[in-house]
Amino acid sequence: MNNLIKGEKHDWEMVIGLEIHAQVKSNSKLFSSSSTKFGSSPNSQVSLVDAAMPGMLPVINKYCVEQAVKTGVGLNAKINNYSVFDRKNYFYADLPQGYQISQYKYPIVGEGKVTIDFKDGTSKDIRIVRLHLEQDAGKSLHDQNPSKTYVDLNRSGVALMEIVSEPDIRTPDEAGMYISKIRSILMYLDTCDGNMQEGSLRADVNISVRKPGDEYGTRCEIKNLNSIKFIKQAINYEAKRQIEILESGGSIEQNTMLFNTSTGKTRPMRNKEEAHDYRYFPDPDLLPLEISKEEIGKIKSSIPELPDELKNKFIETYKLSNYDASVLTAEKQTSDYFNETINSDSELKNHAKIVVNWITSELFSLLNKNNQDLNNSPVSPENLGQLIKLISTNEISGKIAKDVLEDMFSSGKTARQIVDEKGLQQVTDQGEIAKVIDEVIADNPKMVEQYLAGKAKLLGFFVGQAMKLTKGKANPKMLNDILKQKLNKKN
Amino acid sequence: MKIDKNTINKIARLSRIKLDDKESEDYINDLNSILDWVEQLNEVNTENIEPLSNISSSILPKREDVSKDTNSSDEILENAPDKLEGFFAVPKVVE
Repeated sequence: MNNLIKGEKHDWEMVIGLEIHAQVKSNSKLFSSSSTKFGSSPNSQVSLVDAAMPGMLPVINKYCVEQAVKTGVGLNAKINNYSVFDRKNYFYADLPQGYQISQYKYPIVGEGKVTIDFKDGTSKDIRIVRLHLEQDAGKSLHDQNPSKTYVDLNRSGVALMEIVSEPDIRTPDEAGMYISKIRSILMYLDTCDGNMQEGSLRADVNISVRKPGDEYGTRCEIKNLNSIKFIKQAINYEAKRQIEILESGGSIEQNTMLFNTSTGKTRPMRNKEEAHDYRYFPDPDLLPLEISKEEIGKIKSSIPELPDELKNKFIETYKLSNYDASVLTAEKQTSDYFNETINSDSELKNHAKIVVNWITSELFSLLNKNNQDLNNSPVSPENLGQLIKLISTNEISGKIAKDVLEDMFSSGKTARQIVDEKGLQQVTDQGEIAKVIDEVIADNPKMVEQYLAGKAKLLGFFVGQAMKLTKGKANPKMLNDILKQKLNKKN
Repeated sequence: MKIDKNTINKIARLSRIKLDDKESEDYINDLNSILDWVEQLNEVNTENIEPLSNISSSILPKREDVSKDTNSSDEILENAPDKLEGFFAVPKVVE
């Protein structure tokens, strides 16, 4: 695989590392009992701790710690029995404490790795440096008033997991696959809701370019990207910018960049003065966090099946291709839906490939068209299973089944109900089909003549006519066979 | 370690504190005498001893994940110099 970018003078290689900020799925904040609910009215979920009123003390949320450990296990990472909370000091209007409580020298989770799978069947490991727990800041609205910034502290103090990768990523696509994989793992573990639009998952991208084989170049960091599309765009733009500078004899200045989503360009943040002097020190309000081996063991045993394990299981049990299995397991809701469908009838296990197709193409396209999600699909897994069984037992044709699915989708009825009500059972009675064909042949003597004279394409015309008369219910294979037989007899 | 004019200016800027020349001079002297005093600790051999981040030997207390509805906005905004529709309003910060 060629991952290089053509330059004027020689090829260039991108070196990319990601810092992913994942909001911990919990009811209350990391150090206070305020709710973490998204979309509430401004400043309605702010305790005196979150507003940093004098004398308030943080008390850690046990569940958030467990969620971080769970995530560490899912990332095949080392869990640290001992970790420390530090203060990261900086001034900003949406940070009432004047510091963020984070973990610096002793994070809760150490080295790990995740695997990304390419379409051609190969895969690659991306190493994780660490995962640490920290507080989120509030939200600033800059574009509402020309001279004011509005601040909402509802998010202030919500628990985040920062997941830092090694610079093992070499292309924008790999970056996209890496964040998708992390998102998928987090959602299987139920430790983050993975909602990028609401900002529950966002990433900072570190990127530099080099001549293949050279030392790492000077990197720039692009802050706060909240979609995979933007991550790829920002990387492409920034790499091109750096290559242009280097090829014209300049050098890269290490900088923090912002990505403008409407122009697709990156630009340096203006305020970089003292930007990196956070003066970390251990938070005197919090004792070190110690987790016993027993606690870690207990959390480990509660971990559900993760996408990679599930994928292998699907390949083995149902003889699915690597691609089909990875499409099914990329999102937990899809694999859950598949499991429920295929287990709704013991017959379906022998038709796994058909089940995959009906979920990932027919059902998905209906959901897409109607702007709906698999979670609230109007067609339940049991009902889809019933529909597929009607196809596999030849009771209805695949073509009719598509109409039935649309009907199920809009009416909420079962496949059985619709097929019975509308009389859609496939006609498999030889005599009945033959009768229809005789009718078609009798009605179209000229066409028959032309067909017999060598215009073989006309076969489709007869099939169409016969299908019309049976309202599409004739078994297509039987129809074809009998039709050919009858026409050839005329010869 | 010695505190000089540059260091004191940097600390003041990071702390968003404005110091005049006289104050800078006073702080340089104060901080230097504090550092000198603390410097005495260097006489103790601390090789192979992990830094102590807390002198208490108790365990970090933890709470259950229960959210308490506070509906706090009136109380929280009470001391705000400027507000609008439930938001704090602050001088424009770009970026």
